[in-house]
Amino acid sequence: MAINPEFIGRTYPPTPVYFVGREKIREFATALGDTASCYFEVDAARALGYPDLIAPPTFAVVFTMKAGEQVVLDPELALDYTRVVHGEQKFVHQRPIFAGDQLTSSVSVDSIRSAAGNDMIMVKAQVHSTSGELVSTVYSLLVSRGVEEPT
Amino acid sequence: MTLISYLDLHVGLELPAQEFVFTRVDLIKYAGASGDFNVIHWNERVATEVGLPSVIAHGMLTMGTVIRVVTDWLGDPGKITSYSARFTRPIPVPDSDEGATIKVTAKITELLENNQAVISILAIHNDVTVLAKTVVTVTLKP
Repeated sequence: MAINPEFIGRTYPPTPVYFVGREKIREFATALGDTASCYFEVDAARALGYPDLIAPPTFAVVFTMKAGEQVVLDPELALDYTRVVHGEQKFVHQRPIFAGDQLTSSVSVDSIRSAAGNDMIMVKAQVHSTSGELVSTVYSLLVSRGVEEPT
Repeated sequence: MTLISYLDLHVGLELPAQEFVFTRVDLIKYAGASGDFNVIHWNERVATEVGLPSVIAHGMLTMGTVIRVVTDWLGDPGKITSYSARFTRPIPVPDSDEGATIKVTAKITELLENNQAVISILAIHNDVTVLAKTVVTVTLKP
């Protein structure tokens, strides 16, 4: 069933604050097998001009994926989440995320289109610091696979 | 470490290629670190029931890993101003010591104003492209 395009622009309330911790940055980089010193050593990050450890470029998924569940589980959109797969991902960074950042994510439905029996919903999460600075914008394309075979 | 300067770059410049290996424990570690506990990334029974050859790597594990071709070369991951990818093919990760190997190459496709460069990444597993339209923008010092 095609999703009603009237849902484009639908917004959700900002998430609770996510506090970016040094150990979470280290854990995430370790899980990626990435040993870059600016993810582990504060002095190395400061040598690059940053106030504290910086997070890897894809770190924001740690909190934006959960924020995006507001769309996946929205009863009015009525997505069958067992048929939803992750199609595309995009990060636009105004600056790196730093350890010590306190961030909220404001999620909206950026676009909806249908192709080959699948519904494609672009979920946009704007990540702001608690002082109101836009830090990153994160786009995730959710593909809801159609039940019928495409003709 | 010497950081890359915009003036060092030209369109077509190839970044040092790298190979990455995913084994089952890498999927477990990424699930824990990212909070993505989707069963198809750790439960063989469910993965095969839904038609996959085995558990598959998280698309975001692949995306987070292959960017190292750019960040290791750049020396400063904070210079990445945008990064996008399309997940085209899953990477099955067998229950073996060898795991799954991803071969990654990258080259500069465009130089923009304001000291920005556009880099295209190619990620290949078993001769198949696993990420498409994998594009990185970096903003450098002049």
